[in-house]
Amino acid sequence: MPDVIMPRLSDTMEEGELSRWMKQVGDEIHKGDVLAEIETDKATMDLEAFDNGILEQLLVVAGALVPIGAPVARIGDGSNIVAEGAAPAAPVAAPAAPVAVAAAATPPVIPPADAPTPDTHTATQTGELRTSPLARKIGREHGIDLHTIAGTGPQGRITRTDVDRAILAQEAAASAVLTAHQAATPTATPAAAPAAAPAAATPAVVSADSVSVPVSRIRAVTARRLTESQAVPHFFLTSVVNVERLVAFRADVNESLAALGTKVSLNDLFVRASAVALRAHPEVNASWGDGVILRHNHVNVGVAVATDDGLLVPVVADADQKSLGAIAIETRALAGLARTGSLSLAQMSGGTFTISNLGMFGIDSFTAVLNPPEAGILAIGAASDVPAVRDGVLVTVPTVKITLTVDHRVLDGAVAAAFLRDLTTLLEEPLRIVL
Amino acid sequence: MAAKARTRPESTVESTGGEPADTLRDYYEQMSLVRAFELRSSEMYARAKIGGYCHLNLGEEATVVGLMAAIEARDYLFTGYRDHGYALLRGLSPERVMAELFGKVTGVSGGRGGSMHLFDAETRLFGGYGIVGGQIPPATGAALALKNQEVAGPDAAAVMCLLGDGTTNIGAFHESLNLAGLWKLPIVYVIVNNGLGMGTTVEKASAEPDLYKRGASYRMPGVRVDGDDVLAVRDAARDALQQARESRQPVLLEVMCYRLRGHSVVDPARYRSSEDTTIAQQSDPVPSFRAKLISAGVLSETDAAAIDEAADVRVSEAVVFADESPEPDVDDLFKYVYATAVANMPTALAGEPVMDAL
Amino acid sequence: MNTEVATTRTITYRQALNETLRAELERDDKVFLIGEEIGIFEGSYKITVGLLEDFGPDRVIDAPIAEEGFVGAALGAAMLGMRPVVEIMTINFSLIAIDQIVNHAAKMRSMFAGQVSIPLVIRMPGGGGQQLAATHSQNLEVWYAHIPGLKVVAPSTPADAKALLTAAIRDDDPVIFLENLSLYSAKGEVPNDEQVAEIGKAAVVKTGTDLTIVSYSRGTTTALEVARQLEAEGLSIEVVDLRSLRPLDRDTICASVKKTGHAVVFEDDWLSYGIGAEISATIGEGVFDFLDAPVRRVAAAEVPLPYAKSLEKAALPSAADLARVVREVLNISSTPNDK
Repeated sequence: MPDVIMPRLSDTMEEGELSRWMKQVGDEIHKGDVLAEIETDKATMDLEAFDNGILEQLLVVAGALVPIGAPVARIGDGSNIVAEGAAPAAPVAAPAAPVAVAAAATPPVIPPADAPTPDTHTATQTGELRTSPLARKIGREHGIDLHTIAGTGPQGRITRTDVDRAILAQEAAASAVLTAHQAATPTATPAAAPAAAPAAATPAVVSADSVSVPVSRIRAVTARRLTESQAVPHFFLTSVVNVERLVAFRADVNESLAALGTKVSLNDLFVRASAVALRAHPEVNASWGDGVILRHNHVNVGVAVATDDGLLVPVVADADQKSLGAIAIETRALAGLARTGSLSLAQMSGGTFTISNLGMFGIDSFTAVLNPPEAGILAIGAASDVPAVRDGVLVTVPTVKITLTVDHRVLDGAVAAAFLRDLTTLLEEPLRIVL
Repeated sequence: MAAKARTRPESTVESTGGEPADTLRDYYEQMSLVRAFELRSSEMYARAKIGGYCHLNLGEEATVVGLMAAIEARDYLFTGYRDHGYALLRGLSPERVMAELFGKVTGVSGGRGGSMHLFDAETRLFGGYGIVGGQIPPATGAALALKNQEVAGPDAAAVMCLLGDGTTNIGAFHESLNLAGLWKLPIVYVIVNNGLGMGTTVEKASAEPDLYKRGASYRMPGVRVDGDDVLAVRDAARDALQQARESRQPVLLEVMCYRLRGHSVVDPARYRSSEDTTIAQQSDPVPSFRAKLISAGVLSETDAAAIDEAADVRVSEAVVFADESPEPDVDDLFKYVYATAVANMPTALAGEPVMDAL
Repeated sequence: MNTEVATTRTITYRQALNETLRAELERDDKVFLIGEEIGIFEGSYKITVGLLEDFGPDRVIDAPIAEEGFVGAALGAAMLGMRPVVEIMTINFSLIAIDQIVNHAAKMRSMFAGQVSIPLVIRMPGGGGQQLAATHSQNLEVWYAHIPGLKVVAPSTPADAKALLTAAIRDDDPVIFLENLSLYSAKGEVPNDEQVAEIGKAAVVKTGTDLTIVSYSRGTTTALEVARQLEAEGLSIEVVDLRSLRPLDRDTICASVKKTGHAVVFEDDWLSYGIGAEISATIGEGVFDFLDAPVRRVAAAEVPLPYAKSLEKAALPSAADLARVVREVLNISSTPNDK
């Protein structure tokens, strides 16, 4: 049963408007009959029938824009008449949504890449230095010897990403003050961090033969995002948490988990507590989306992990749905993968909130840089005993200072403060974390 | 191989007699000036004062004078590259024309055009053009503009477009004549037929060697005239211009003349037979017009010699002027590329960076 | 906001050209149109619809098929102060008139030391992709962009079509006005009031931080599509629309690449000696120290464009080609569907 299609009536025509039907369903049609009028980009033309038969069905309404080759009507022997007014079999959008640019004859289909995977290359073994002009310029400005850097670009070319990483490493090594997103040179011995500058030029950079699977492109994007995040209006809120009960609670939990060979860290408790608080404060579990605020349905908490190759943030997905034990196991596994450079992109994607903990380095308190597009990041310091008066007696109480960095475009002070207050309460009454 | 001597075709019009003596004397002075100028140009070329290509009107003086006597100041003149004589008789001083040949800033085209590209907006010399046939479409367009700007009549302006015999074989000639015939434009196309397109004779280049007949395809009157007869040329051109300005009837006028020397100053014209050269020399319009005026009692031998001497002095003054004139300023290199200044117009000299590195 | 609504309309590129020609014919009686089939037939691509009827045969002149003749005639009229706007049916046919354009229109003002100027506009569409085969699908704008004395503009949107055509008609130099067959029906917001673009200026039509795509005419619309798609993948692409091929706005190109460190030129013409070659050289000279990867060009395969759809498609640069090259320059693996 032949379909009548939208004909091509000019060399620049991509689609035509079927402006008027000249025949009705049920009409007998002869070859050459004018079925309809077509408005092309140049003129009004006749749509002529190429077949004899009965007009059985109109597939588009008058006024519809139809691409070349799409069926507009059906001619048959009269046995399949579909009355006018019935829903067209293949309705075509009415002119409400004309294509903006007719140029796109074949709209290019670019599949949404799940996750762009960086091509990785080890540096050339011949000693020949491949470097982009930009990398060379930045290296020169920062006194970086490019020969000490492994290039991750094509054919091992050293690109901006590689030099930026080396600079971060150099700065981190030279600085005694570590902040969450500058901690590029964590080592097992924190005392070694403020090492002498000359040695610091290359510390976190692995040599050419030991690079396994660096995820340089993603990290480059991250680095740039962090830089960009400095342009985000942000503010800090600090709260002092009494962790006396949290520490005791952790001991209880670990006792009961001992049989399973699992241990819960204080950090795991922070992850869980944050997730619970985020679920209760959806306005915080959000991000800035260029004119709109995106509130996320899932609570995915990223955990900053220091590795030899820089800072990575694996994500515990749906942390509010997971038990403390599950979080503990998953976090440990993710950290292990991070340190061996084996994290997949999926394991680093989709975070809605981040936790950065430098307590183990003895850092009292600090502020973390926003991890765009997330609206908040929590910086956790080391536990320390502070004097307090209880029932008229001076005692010491273990406390942790937590500092929330907030994207002011997404959240205002009062809303963020409410979140931080609830989080503090959760941590101080840890049973509620597992309720 | 030397081409055969040509036989002069018959003119389709006759020259008129009874001209005032002053007019005839004036014409001789003009012919003498063109002759002197061109001989000196040849010399200056040999002295390396003039560069590039240089094509002379030697042998065509009667044609040049006759055509320029017919054209009015309000008319527009377009020519090919053999244009020195026309520029002089359009009223441009020998100084400014010679300065142009010398590539000096005082030249008619500021030293930017040279021999082939003499231009003067004021006297409506709308250009010598170096590309064969290139002047014909713009000349036709000038006539189109005139048609839309003015009412036809004896006071209306017209366009005279000069071209060589070889040019009648190029597409632009035919396209333009078709447009002029179709749109009834006030233009006279003048074929200066000196018998040779460089070294190729008309007979070897044109399937219809009676070039004036080529207007027939465009319903355009074709007229042929003896180019050695200054009065005949003048009258034929006047008549054609009259048809153009009053009736908007384009005309194709063919003027038959001889090229006394080679195609350009560097061409020894070895391809010409001695016979042909002899004919060219015998029909040299300058001495023959001189002899005619002397025998008619318009000039004495002494008068004629004085005229020739004066022309020579005039040209000598032009050479001195041209020689002493300054070169164009290199700082003005980009001065005339565009009329309307816009952003980012290029101004880099060879080897200069196109932009400052950011 | 209310006033904003009142001052723009969404119209096609074709309408923008038609309305601008009409406005300029009304404004200045020295302006006239000349070309093949622009009067009775109302234009091969219907740009001149209604103009013969409203302005008469002296202002809208149907020329016979004689590009050298009528382009040269327009040039001659311009020498006498008229402001002709020539339509050449497609850029392919301009080769017949190239002596008048290159040897004459471009030269006269310089060669005659500024004694004459040539206020001449030559409109013509380029572009392939309509199965018009080898002789009717070319992108020859670089031939003209090479020539000092000419200006060459190439609008990519209806608004630019209006503003650049107005500027071209009012400019006292010969301007090649490049259109594109596949842009004629493109729609866009166009201001209602008079717009005169600055010839010689490029525009950053989308900002971004990771990579710069430089393009013009139809290519800019493709570049924007690709940039928006890649945006969804987390890549931030800047798009520079050249708008003027001569003069070329090198500063805008280089300022963008200085920021992004990566550049891809997307051009409809053939690769060798093309627009992209000039852009690449400019970037190399202007911002060498800021390049993080070699500049790449996405251009047409160097073959006379075949008629068959499959071959034509293979030869022309596509959005997918551009997306692939952008990823290559940024050192990101293609997804399998990219081919």
